[in-house]
Amino acid sequence: MSTASLADKRAGSLRGASLPKWSPWAIAAGSLVVAVGIGLAAGLDSKVQWGLIAAILFVLGTFGVAARVEGRRQAKDRVATSLVWVAFLLAVVPLVSLIWVTVARGVKVLDVYFLTHSMGVVADSEPGGGIYAAIIGSLEQVGLATLIGAPVGILTAIYLVEYGRGRLAKAVTFFVDVMTGIPSIVAGLFILSLMLIFKMQPFGFAGSLALAILMMPVVVRSTEEMLKLVPNELREASLALGVPKWRTILKVVLPTSIGGITTGVMLAVARIAGETAPVLLLVFGNPFINNNPFEGAQASLPLYIYQQYSQSAGANAAYDRAWAASLTLIAFVMILNMVARGIARWKAPKTGR
Amino acid sequence: MAKRIDVSGLTAYYGSHKAIEDISMTVEPRSVTAFIGPSGCGKSTFLRTLNRMHEVTSGGRVEGKVLLDDEDLYGAGIDPVSVRREVGMVFQRPNPFPTMSIFDNVAAGLRLNGSYRKSELSDIVEKSLKGANLWNEVKDRLNKPGSGLSGGQQQRLCIARAIAVEPKVLLMDEPCSALDPISTLAIEDLIGELKERFTIVIVTHNMQQAARVSDRTAFFNLAAVGQPGRLIEIDDTERIFSNPSVQATEDYISGRFG
Ligand SMILES: Nc1ncnc2c1ncn2[C@@H]1O[C@H](COP(=O)(O)OP(=O)(O)OP(=O)(O)O)[C@@H](O)[C@H]1O
Ligand SMILES: [Mg+2]
Repeated sequence: MSTASLADKRAGSLRGASLPKWSPWAIAAGSLVVAVGIGLAAGLDSKVQWGLIAAILFVLGTFGVAARVEGRRQAKDRVATSLVWVAFLLAVVPLVSLIWVTVARGVKVLDVYFLTHSMGVVADSEPGGGIYAAIIGSLEQVGLATLIGAPVGILTAIYLVEYGRGRLAKAVTFFVDVMTGIPSIVAGLFILSLMLIFKMQPFGFAGSLALAILMMPVVVRSTEEMLKLVPNELREASLALGVPKWRTILKVVLPTSIGGITTGVMLAVARIAGETAPVLLLVFGNPFINNNPFEGAQASLPLYIYQQYSQSAGANAAYDRAWAASLTLIAFVMILNMVARGIARWKAPKTGR
Repeated sequence: MAKRIDVSGLTAYYGSHKAIEDISMTVEPRSVTAFIGPSGCGKSTFLRTLNRMHEVTSGGRVEGKVLLDDEDLYGAGIDPVSVRREVGMVFQRPNPFPTMSIFDNVAAGLRLNGSYRKSELSDIVEKSLKGANLWNEVKDRLNKPGSGLSGGQQQRLCIARAIAVEPKVLLMDEPCSALDPISTLAIEDLIGELKERFTIVIVTHNMQQAARVSDRTAFFNLAAVGQPGRLIEIDDTERIFSNPSVQATEDYISGRFG
């Protein structure tokens, strides 16, 4: 293949030589084989290195083959596509392996007994016990945090988008930005200092307050974006009908964006459900069931995971319980995400006849 | 129930930018008045000052008087919300509420303003949809979303929504610019019927449309880009299109412009 023949092709017609559909797969398989070969020959024992070599070979090979057969422009196009694929795989591999490990190790002790019983007097190094207290604690703390954080966050966002002008709005935006950056342990310390002033013992609701602080800025940000997506024409249409502004917001703006707002809130909930630091400081953990979030130490899933790991002196039973609790937590977050998607789809503005 | 509009010395700003300057005119009840003029000369801005929608835009500010049957819309103690109930508006792009059904869209203005009994509401919805010449097309699917209609149907839905609250004046900002000739004709016919009950002001870029539907025509122009728009002349439509008194009007209408 010379440049002359390429020029011929270009001059001749719109049709040029093109690689068959399966060629990316063939190149991928080829580079994988070569990478394994190189890895074995050079005695590299990390599979990660093999994978990276395969990825580089794949990109280079795609460029080489495409440049020879199709020409430089198409080759660049294919390299861009293959880079996207490589990046995608690089992102997905850790995620999939994380879920894989969690499921593989978590299912060992995850059963109905585990979900419906608490640690009680079971020693951390012994098998048995469960996460009932932790589930109750997590649900109550996260639920209360959402009851506080979501309305405050949504109302703040409504203020910023619909009413906010001038200095106050700028200040609120600034503080929301600052709050987004607050490390969770700092939020925990803040509430802890209040607790110490009032000489209180750890209890669930204190954790909820810290979690609400962490949740608010996330809710404000996502709700703000959703409200901005509502076309101004809808607001004007409503105002021009002689509807007061607050009713316009309540009956037109919010219903139009409720799907997105719900998704944002659910994602924020998912985020705080896994927070450990403030819970560690404020809720303390409790092997016994405590249904009252307003008095006495409670358990919580992320805290339970941490404690099983840290206090078990390497006992396998505790590790298994930690993994099973992790799996429960991931499942909880995933279910929340799916519920959010369902609501978003159900509430999305309807089109079609 | 239609009302007269009497504008005097009206100037409107966007922040520090003066968009229109010193406009005075009278719009008779039960008539159609068309606004024509080059793009950017402030027709929409002026229209929106007539129901206090101009101040909804950030920085929007108005000086001057707009009398609606002797009551100054910009007088002290006037509630813009009640002004907008008297002076309805149809926008350039159809904008039905996407979360509401056809029925709810038409009933929106009433529902959002107070409580009505269901039977009362369906009577008004039917009457308004008939008034907007849309009833026959949608009577079997009142519970379907309004955004599922064609563009022309959506625009008539918006007209039905606007007339359902029984305003005294109906403002229309290029209501046909996104529509095909048949829907345009349907809306023009509709304007002819609506003028029996309402005072109508319509902005249009279509000279034939202005000539067809309006009794009076107002020509707006601006001296140069960045200058505020002004009312050049307002007269009977026939006169404007046959024998206008200002040369610029004739140039604009005959296409010899700029
Ligand atoms: N929201 C706004 N903020 C600032 N300036 C604006 C705004 N809307 C319009 N203007 C300015 O006001 C002037 C008049 O605009 P307007 O929309 O009233 O013109 P128009 O006659 O309706 O034009 P068209 O025929 O294109 O609709 C223009 O110079 C425009 O740039
Ligand atoms: Mg306009």
